[in-house]
Amino acid sequence: MTIISSTQSSELGHDHADPACFHCGEPCRDLVESDGKAFCCMGCQSVYHLLNQNQLGKYYSLDAAPGARPGESGRRDRFAYLDDPAVQEQVLDFHDGTHAIVTFRIPTMHCVACIWLLENLYKLEPAVSRSQVNFPRKELLIHFDESMMSLRQLVGFLSGIGYEPKLSLESLEKSRAVHPNRSLYIKLGVAGFCFANIMLLSFPGYFGLTHAQNPGFMRAFTWLSVALSLPVLFYGANDYLAAAIVAVRRRVVTIDLPIAIGIVALYAHSLFEILSESGAGYLDSFTGLIFFLLLGRIFQQKTYDALSFDRDYTSYFPVNVMRMSADGSEQSIPLNRLEVGDRMVVRHHELVPADAVLESEAAEIDYSFVTGESDPALRTAGDLVYAGGRHLGEAGTYRTVNPVSRSHLTQLWNNPIFEKAESRDLASLTNRMSKKFTIVVIATATVATTWWLRTDPAMALRVFASVLIIACPCALALAAPFTLGTAMRLFERRRCFVKNAAVVEALARVDTIVFDKTGTLTADKHAQVEWHGELTDADRGMVKALTRHSTHPLSVRLTDTLGALPAPRATTFNELPGLGLEATVDGHRLRVGSAAWTEAPDDALSPHPTVHVAIDGLWRGCAVLRAALRPGLPELVGQLKQKSRLCLLSGDTDRQATELRDLFGEDVEFRFQQSPQDKLAFVRQLQDEGRRVLMIGDGLNDAGALRQSDVGIAVSDDLSAFSPACDAILAGDQLPMLTRILAFSSTAMRIIVASFVISFLYNVIGIGVAVQGLLEPWIAAVLMPISSITVVSFTVLATRMLGHRHGFVVLKS
Amino acid sequence: MTVVFVLLGASLLLAGAFLIAFIWAVKSGQFEDTYTPSIRLLIEDDDNSQDQVSGKQ
Repeated sequence: MTIISSTQSSELGHDHADPACFHCGEPCRDLVESDGKAFCCMGCQSVYHLLNQNQLGKYYSLDAAPGARPGESGRRDRFAYLDDPAVQEQVLDFHDGTHAIVTFRIPTMHCVACIWLLENLYKLEPAVSRSQVNFPRKELLIHFDESMMSLRQLVGFLSGIGYEPKLSLESLEKSRAVHPNRSLYIKLGVAGFCFANIMLLSFPGYFGLTHAQNPGFMRAFTWLSVALSLPVLFYGANDYLAAAIVAVRRRVVTIDLPIAIGIVALYAHSLFEILSESGAGYLDSFTGLIFFLLLGRIFQQKTYDALSFDRDYTSYFPVNVMRMSADGSEQSIPLNRLEVGDRMVVRHHELVPADAVLESEAAEIDYSFVTGESDPALRTAGDLVYAGGRHLGEAGTYRTVNPVSRSHLTQLWNNPIFEKAESRDLASLTNRMSKKFTIVVIATATVATTWWLRTDPAMALRVFASVLIIACPCALALAAPFTLGTAMRLFERRRCFVKNAAVVEALARVDTIVFDKTGTLTADKHAQVEWHGELTDADRGMVKALTRHSTHPLSVRLTDTLGALPAPRATTFNELPGLGLEATVDGHRLRVGSAAWTEAPDDALSPHPTVHVAIDGLWRGCAVLRAALRPGLPELVGQLKQKSRLCLLSGDTDRQATELRDLFGEDVEFRFQQSPQDKLAFVRQLQDEGRRVLMIGDGLNDAGALRQSDVGIAVSDDLSAFSPACDAILAGDQLPMLTRILAFSSTAMRIIVASFVISFLYNVIGIGVAVQGLLEPWIAAVLMPISSITVVSFTVLATRMLGHRHGFVVLKS
Repeated sequence: MTVVFVLLGASLLLAGAFLIAFIWAVKSGQFEDTYTPSIRLLIEDDDNSQDQVSGKQ
């Protein structure tokens, strides 16, 4: 037996033999030529002609090959459910019989040309009156005339030009949320307005104007300042005050409590000075502080509009299903109206949306996303097929046995862990620090006040307020958002998208890392092919001639690795589910597929997925496809093992165990054939042992474990595709960065502590000097906002500098 | 020196007008997509685009 091994990444697939499509840029496997330009399919070619006829040819000059391959044209009926008034009610934002408004999510929009074309839809389709793109969210807002074009026609039209809207079960069930930053922006605006004006009114005070010299002016200035400070206290700072009240009621100490105490002390002390006309108060510092705190909040609330961190199965499942009625006719109905006993038709590459019994003869089901099992499984008539599997091969009929929400897979979401609101915030470092801090501060203030009460009661009140003002952990409240916000932006450079700042804190505390195997450590993109037998390059070219017509996962992988080989034309092509492909190529009868289909000898069998080849009825060889590990893993594992305990979970069988053992070493715990519930339970068990768990997974089957873990990171090769609910999304090729992400999270926490210490010393010395009357009032007034600015600049600069050293630089895409 | 009060009122009115403009801008959603308008601006509006399809591959 001769063995030729070839490893191929997807880039090699774009070979010189196939020119790139003028419309979509994909290599043309079936060349269609028109106007001297190459197209990969009829769909792309017809979009090109449509655009040219409507004077929209500019599309192609805005970006090279800007298009997306249009959807399957043969199946217009798949949008039939959109004719249902109940569905329309949920999808449309507004409609009155003629004028209708709808917002679609369109994952395929990706460039300037897309924006231009989608905003010029009215030139192409007279029923559309206006269309507007929100590119970061990949959304398209369309105003159209309902009497001229139905919603179904509109979706079909968009799909026909390559911009198919993503309609999932989720988009029907949830209403669109208002942008969360709106009220925060307004608060910031109000606080900034008041801060600037109070600062202006305080200038005379800075330069030594006192009540004694000019009572009229001073009174006017100070009372105007009080008026301007009210909106800041009651509107700008209300989040902090409300959170503190909640904290007191629940008898927990959060960072908000000492901040609120500090704010109130500062404000009360200022009012006391103004009322007693003993000074101008610190209203400028007070409003400035709130302004900076709000700025920190906005900075920390980095949102990734195109990503979603809280998806469940509803955004993965289709929105409609083809139900077969008694007379055999098919009807598109919304999925939530599917009932037990209904018969449904599932076509190639569609999802089986509910547990069902297969009624067709045979079908292959790809469960990779649901269970982690990487090979399609063969099911025959009468077998139960669990929801979430992808149907491969020709259309099959199924009889539903469980409703969608109570299927084998979707039951995972009935686990109480999915109903609990996130309580992680309470455990964060800043909150743990505040607890000790608040106790110390209140104790100090009480002791100092009692001491002064015996000698100088007037002084006692000042001391009490001063201690509370100094001790206000505002520096901490500023340092944390700015440091974590900067860290989030640095992570983004390496295509690691973190849900919120608390995740960075949680990452710093991780001591156990649990990996999922399929899709996380292995990736189809890096498939390795080993050829056995006596196949020449010409023979392999003939194999490619067959496999490129098939969309079976093994065929697709094999075709990719055979990219550069010239392929002859195949005739009388036939595909049998569970068996393989058959066709005539260059006068030879070729069979490609399973061992039984090609009468393979026993010694050619392999535990890995294998594609056998028989030419003219004789077995000639086979290709063994191994799911290869992602590059850079040995180094990653070596580094992670130094600091954390590692575990591996897989829904797949243990056939790759030896390879993984070589990678991970003897001391790492392996568990194979784990159900989604098992994975969740395993993570919980680790947590019960007191470990802080980082779960790294990719599929729906990891959803429970990702949710249960302290931090769940979803690895995704296509960031616009579905990823399960998680705390962070990491691009697949950036997985080796994990060590640095963890290390840098710890660094960020140390920066926060450092800036806190700096600011505390600064305040103690500053107020200490001021109390002794050694500081000019205007210097004291200017120093206070400067201390905030110092803290912010220190954390941001330190984080960026260290981040650069850790390798978080901008990637060239 | 009482002119200071007049100036004070004028400055507050002016700043207040800007504040109201800002609040209106936030409420009308202008801060929700700060990317697409910048792209839209760069695309020229011309309708004789048929000729522009040159053999760019």
